[in-house]
Amino acid sequence: MPPTRPVDPPRRPVYLNLPAIRMPIPSIVSILHRVSGALLFLLGIPWALAALDASLASPAAFASYAAVAGHPVAKLIAIGLVWAYVHHLLAGVRHLALDLHAGLELAAARRTSAAVFVLAILITLAVAVRIW
Amino acid sequence: MVTRTQRHVVGAHYGLRDWIAQRITAVVMILYTLVALFALAWQGGFDHAGWKALWAHGAFRLATFLFAIALLWHAWVGVRNITMDYIKPVGVRLVVQGAVICALVFYTGWTIQVLWGVRA
Repeated sequence: MPPTRPVDPPRRPVYLNLPAIRMPIPSIVSILHRVSGALLFLLGIPWALAALDASLASPAAFASYAAVAGHPVAKLIAIGLVWAYVHHLLAGVRHLALDLHAGLELAAARRTSAAVFVLAILITLAVAVRIW
Repeated sequence: MVTRTQRHVVGAHYGLRDWIAQRITAVVMILYTLVALFALAWQGGFDHAGWKALWAHGAFRLATFLFAIALLWHAWVGVRNITMDYIKPVGVRLVVQGAVICALVFYTGWTIQVLWGVRA
């Protein structure tokens, strides 16, 4: 027999006023995991490939790439992508730990998500200071 | 702990396959990130000659290719989830997903071209 939908699911109120929904830290880290992933797909992959392509082509192309990458706007974009990579990676490691049933309790989940949030910003700042 | 209700599980378990793939590709990328950071630190200064020397290692190029495949697979699962959550009209969703697949195949080809320098 083909699978069927449950008969008449109860009608529940839909309340999706996003600014009014309180976002605890695990939920902020979760949505940023998605935002950073989307950023890495939309900008990160083409940027990384273009950069690698140009940097390996020739010393002249390497120099011209270094000049473009040295522009403040390019640096800001690069720093944004560094944040996206680091946040996504750390939040992903947290996910893997949760899959192994580590840190499932509410207090621990809040602590680790705060740690992911802060650590990603600190590492990004360290990289930003270095490349600026 | 969450108590599970008794329910009949149906379907072809595509969700489970994606879930596993997302985690395996993630671990591959984490390991590559550590290796690449060590390789860059080992390299010392950042100039064109040193940069080229790093990429001249066949093993590093293969590791990077493995990373690229893991990344593109991982990106597909993630972006597909996003489209399923936010794009409700089926036609629009299919068009977007098709464009994403084209982009990922394009990136795969570009990766091979860059890594092994196949230029026309």
